[in-house]
Amino acid sequence: MRELGLDPDALQVIRLDTEEDAARERFAGSPTFRVAGEDVLPPGGDEPTGLTCRLYRRRDGRPSPTPDPADLRDALAAAIRRKELADA
Amino acid sequence: MPDIAHGFELPDTEGRLHSLEGDTSVATVVVFTCNHCPYALAWHDRIAGVARDYADRGVRFLAINPNDSERYPADSFDAMQERVRREGGWPMPYLHDATQEVARAYGAQTTPDVFVIDSSGTLRYRGAPDADHGDPSQNAAWLRGALDAVLAGTDPDPAETKPVGCSIKWRFP
Repeated sequence: MRELGLDPDALQVIRLDTEEDAARERFAGSPTFRVAGEDVLPPGGDEPTGLTCRLYRRRDGRPSPTPDPADLRDALAAAIRRKELADA
Repeated sequence: MPDIAHGFELPDTEGRLHSLEGDTSVATVVVFTCNHCPYALAWHDRIAGVARDYADRGVRFLAINPNDSERYPADSFDAMQERVRREGGWPMPYLHDATQEVARAYGAQTTPDVFVIDSSGTLRYRGAPDADHGDPSQNAAWLRGALDAVLAGTDPDPAETKPVGCSIKWRFP
């Protein structure tokens, strides 16, 4: 976040406790990263919601519990650009 | 970590029953794992590699899926069978702990959670396969080290590490 000029203290961690919470939040698993409410790495359309572990793929194809840092960095940068355009 | 491994009998994806007792292996590795957890998937190839490397040294591996398949259909028995078929077979049987009794008896916490048991039924190592799920070069070093120690008649060091992974998906009471 610092690299992109964002304030790490602005990060909000939200805990979901029930399947109802997951369905309401369209939560595809933990962890999910959102900027302004939008998933920075949107899951496929047929991805079920639920209290589950989310599977990511590193850029070399390896399964991972977290996104490839480069993917997350790119997605955050794109989200920032969209917001800047929307605010312009 | 409990001292003595609990006995069990569970079916694999071919319907064959596997027991802890009555086996002549020098050591048995019990790995609680599953289909959907990214940690389990990240470590899977490394664990399978150890199973292949130690098979001719009298070590057997038993992978056990204890997850609640009603809430997590990706961990159903059918899905387990499909995965083993899709991956062209595994170097270890993949067992289904449908009642979750085995996972509870072992105090398993995560997928994966690894237990090394010697020929007397004594637990000799419990924990993660290695220090970093994201670094394949770790090559399941803790697990390999524990097996090397057991095969050499010495004590694993470390004998216990913190299991790392997704929590086991327990059924609601």
